Amino acid sequence: MTTAFVAGAVSSPILRLNDVGKVYDTGSVAVEALRGVSLQVERGEYVAIMGPSGSGKSTLMHILGCLDVPTTGSYDLAGEDVSTMSEAALANVRNRQIGFVFQQFNLLPSLPAWRNVELPLCYTGMARAERKERAINALERVGLGDRIEHRPGELSGGQQQRVAVARALVTDPALILADEPTGNLDSHSSADVLALFTELHDQGRTIVLITHERDVAESAQRIVRILDGQVDSALAMPAGTVR
Amino acid sequence: MNWRETFRTALEAILSRRMRSSLTMLGILIGIAAVMLTVGLGQGAQAQVRAQINQLGSNLLIVSPGSTTSSSGIRGGRGSASTLTTRDATALASRVVAPDIAKVAPVVTGSQSLAAGTTNWTTNVVGTTPDWLQVRARSLAEGRFFSLAELNSSAPVAVLGSTTATELFGGRDALGQTVDINGTTMTVIGILNTAGSSTTTDEDDQALVPQTTYSSRVASSGNAAGVSTLYIEAASTDSLSAAYQEATNALLATHGVTAATPDFTISSQQSLLTTATSTDRTLTVLLAGIAAISLLVGGIGVMNIMLVSVTERIREIGLRKAMGATPSAIRRQFLVEASTLGLCGGLLGVILGLVGAQVLPHFLSQPVTIPAIATIGALGIALIIGIVAGVYPASRAARLAPIDALRSE
Repeated sequence: MTTAFVAGAVSSPILRLNDVGKVYDTGSVAVEALRGVSLQVERGEYVAIMGPSGSGKSTLMHILGCLDVPTTGSYDLAGEDVSTMSEAALANVRNRQIGFVFQQFNLLPSLPAWRNVELPLCYTGMARAERKERAINALERVGLGDRIEHRPGELSGGQQQRVAVARALVTDPALILADEPTGNLDSHSSADVLALFTELHDQGRTIVLITHERDVAESAQRIVRILDGQVDSALAMPAGTVR
Repeated sequence: MNWRETFRTALEAILSRRMRSSLTMLGILIGIAAVMLTVGLGQGAQAQVRAQINQLGSNLLIVSPGSTTSSSGIRGGRGSASTLTTRDATALASRVVAPDIAKVAPVVTGSQSLAAGTTNWTTNVVGTTPDWLQVRARSLAEGRFFSLAELNSSAPVAVLGSTTATELFGGRDALGQTVDINGTTMTVIGILNTAGSSTTTDEDDQALVPQTTYSSRVASSGNAAGVSTLYIEAASTDSLSAAYQEATNALLATHGVTAATPDFTISSQQSLLTTATSTDRTLTVLLAGIAAISLLVGGIGVMNIMLVSVTERIREIGLRKAMGATPSAIRRQFLVEASTLGLCGGLLGVILGLVGAQVLPHFLSQPVTIPAIATIGALGIALIIGIVAGVYPASRAARLAPIDALRSE
């Protein structure tokens, strides 16, 4: 990281949650999933959000991914306050700023790899030829340059997740948000995908990884623990020192 | 996503579920083809009736004795005898009285037994004047029609319809032969060309004799001048209503009755046509209604499949939303998919309808006329059905929250 970059990051973090609360009103009972979470991620950081199931980390991921809006507090993403945006505006923010990697890969089975990678670009109004070129570039970056015409069913789990990573990269987003990306993979493929994230981080990408596994979280630069809807420890610490 | 992109995505979605898509389209296809064919059959039948009525003679007015009243149907004239006479015909034929009437043919008819040698045939014998040929727009296959001189001299001559000639003389040439009508031997001087049968009578099965011959030799009793019908030919189609007025006024004057109590009725081709086509129209509307219901069922089929499709592809919808698809982009995707299903079904239905219009007449001996507007209309209807059927499923898809959609298994 250059000094100029750090100086810029201090003035505007890529992601800033300010006392965010989320209450789900399920009719009779109101469930408080998040209780005042404040969190900041700088440009180029690789952060793992860790917590057991029921801790509220999924809710946090939804809010970070602009798939849901907070009940209280504010959320700035790449300098924009997204906590009060309309659904259509949020869709645009997701399209431009966020690349998702899901536990279930979520690839469309009827489309070849490059068409899956191209999908987010379809909603940008980009010309078809340019979309294909960028999709193939992204696939080459994740080491699947020879699999562009393969359908998801013809690829291994690890390869499918790499297609998903390529899809997350293709729009050149401000933030890559990975939700349990290794949850459905064997240990070998998991190591593979995590190595890919480390590589992307080294290239200057901002990555937020949500997991409940310590091993996975430890590949990140910093770990944020979530417990009962609150940040347990938001201190920046080298992953290796967490015990 | 632009429209071309959306359309491509819709086509891919349809093609990736071929079986289901074709079954869905089948509903629309059958409905559209059924609507087109029923409309085509109705149009064909109407054209047929119109042609039949035109065949009776162009610009024709028909005067019959008695009058119809709104309360009691047919009302007789003076007594039970016919109120129309040959004198009426003469009066109406006058250029001074009725300038818009070209020709008048009085007709008196009766069912008679005809005999040629040992062969007997009962048919309608018509007593009329030489003008009948022109007024009824008929022509002769061979021989000639009787002349004015023969009319004036009550000559024993007869002109036969083609069916009558065949029945009496078989394959032999009837011209110049004799035929006995009610004891009077008459010479066959002409054979009419075929005209086909109208809705009420067989125009090819009749024997025509001079009116004077009919009243003096064929009819057993009655008024020598009395006739059963007057056929009037107007000078042109445009003067038909003028001729109608003139005939009405002249007959009211000669019969000494007022317009409130007429003893005759004048009907035109137009009124016959209206009666005939309105019957046809009722049937067409009924059939088209049934066909429209089948189309509606097809539309419900499209909606059903689209709803299933939305439920099935809920993860895809969630993913597309996460990737940045706005609610309106999702709505458009499903709307375009539904309307493509409708339009494709409609297109196939139109093709089936047009093929059916070519094939069906061979089995039904009924003409099928499909107007171009019906073809375009059918496509439009299919498209609209697709769109209407897509609205609800599409807005359901658009309303799905991305997290719920992604979470579903």
